[in-house]
Amino acid sequence: MQIYLPIAEVSVNAFLLFGLGGIVGILSGLFGVGGGFIITPLLFFVGVPPTVAVATGANQVVASSISGVLAHLKRKTVDIRMGVVLMCAGIAGSTAGIWLFNLLSRSGQIDLFVQLSYVLFLGVVGAMMLQESIRSLRRAKRAVAPIKRSQHMWVHRLPLKMKFRTSGLYISIIPPVLVGFGVGILAAVMGVGGGFIMVPAMIYLLNMPTKVVIGTSLFQIIFVTGFTTFMHALTNQSVDILLAVLLILGGVIGAQIGAALALRLKAEQLRILLALLVLLVCGKLALDLLLTPGELYSLAPVGRG
Amino acid sequence: MRALVLALALVAVPTWLGAEEKVVSGLSEDRIEITANFNGSDLLIYGAVSRDAPPPKDSSLDVIITVQGPSFPVNVRRKSRVLGIWVNTDTVTVDSAPSFYAIATTRPFDQIISNTDDIRYSVSIPRAIRSVGAPRTIMDSQNFTEALIRIRQKQGFYGLQDASVRLAQDTLFRTDIRLPANLVEGVYKTRIFLTRNKQVVALDERSIYVRKVGLERWLFRLSRTQPAIYGALALAIAAFAGWAASAGFRALKR
Repeated sequence: MQIYLPIAEVSVNAFLLFGLGGIVGILSGLFGVGGGFIITPLLFFVGVPPTVAVATGANQVVASSISGVLAHLKRKTVDIRMGVVLMCAGIAGSTAGIWLFNLLSRSGQIDLFVQLSYVLFLGVVGAMMLQESIRSLRRAKRAVAPIKRSQHMWVHRLPLKMKFRTSGLYISIIPPVLVGFGVGILAAVMGVGGGFIMVPAMIYLLNMPTKVVIGTSLFQIIFVTGFTTFMHALTNQSVDILLAVLLILGGVIGAQIGAALALRLKAEQLRILLALLVLLVCGKLALDLLLTPGELYSLAPVGRG
Repeated sequence: MRALVLALALVAVPTWLGAEEKVVSGLSEDRIEITANFNGSDLLIYGAVSRDAPPPKDSSLDVIITVQGPSFPVNVRRKSRVLGIWVNTDTVTVDSAPSFYAIATTRPFDQIISNTDDIRYSVSIPRAIRSVGAPRTIMDSQNFTEALIRIRQKQGFYGLQDASVRLAQDTLFRTDIRLPANLVEGVYKTRIFLTRNKQVVALDERSIYVRKVGLERWLFRLSRTQPAIYGALALAIAAFAGWAASAGFRALKR
């Protein structure tokens, strides 16, 4: 069944979109990632214009993060104070990101920039995940080795200290602000929640306890992606509600299936699969940039971002 | 020999002038509505040639039908290799290019219309596109216009179909034109040309109104006129879906 998307102005198979949402939902249920970094490139492949894909992807992440954070709030694994700091910085970063996005789309380099960001981040995250999961597979086979966590002493010497009770931290707010700002820019430009960067940054840079990381990350992602969606709707008019609804519906059902599947499969093997998937998407995008394209020319409407 | 030509001319001219031909045409639809499950549309264009005298015997009648969507300026960008990766480097703005353009003819296009009449009436695809000029740094602006046509042809927005108009007894004609699913809103102009000796002898124009309806129209209008409300609506839907998913799942678990 073809469905005409009013903002993207393309006609796409509704079941395909529903399925894409479902696949991403399964992934997020299985691995606890927002899935924005997978859905946006997949939408490119289907033929949705990049500007619409990015803005609508952010809208889909809002829905999946709210659904996730409610469970974490119940378990009291959300550091709201840290979340608010990250959120304020994130909104500032998102504003900068939107400005950057509009500047680049006017100069015709937005597709390149979005693709380059994806290749870079998917490549790095995919490689890290693969390395980590292979290492933990080996570790599981051999004796358990002690895990060394870097201390980052310079983090503790910065001014403007603040108490974060839920995380049990007393640190300067500068590192969280920087992390939040950076992820805000990424959210706006790439249409992702940034969880796949935020989570490692919280663990390794901010030394937050692992149990509050995912809930806190989801908490602030809601606001940052919500703000991003709103700004894209305001300045680019590129949020497609119909597309978002189909993706969200698929995603919601997929997330349930994913969560059920996660109970039956082994975590390390799953993570290797996710890492390979991430690298696959990254490789496809990289090839598009490196190989001589079949068509050197491209068309873009004048006067619209 | 000269006498023969003169005689022919004397015979031919009055009949030519006397037999003035007109087109009467009709469309299967003059209003196309884009709904959520819109999947393109087949447009039937038909008509008849009306004349007050028998048709001239010395020339054959041909029909050219064009359907033209609303025109917009387009940026055509060209990639080239910079530091190993492909980057958009050159841009030419084409001042006006129709979003859709289909031509149907009775015989191969260049056999039935002269270059002069093609220019005068902007019939062929390159003539329907208006490009004033490229920036000085680009020497080959022609390539950009050709690329525009090539890409739109591949996407099914532009097309020339020779011999797709059926003409019966030099009077009745009909053709089918496929309108793609990704139609742009606006007024689509249909033109029917009659040609003899590669000259346009009659022309008829009709309009088709293409617009989004229902939910499609409402969402599109809202996003353009009230972007703040539209953005808030998008967030409200997402928030509700997120909450409903979590609540529903909890209810299922119990």
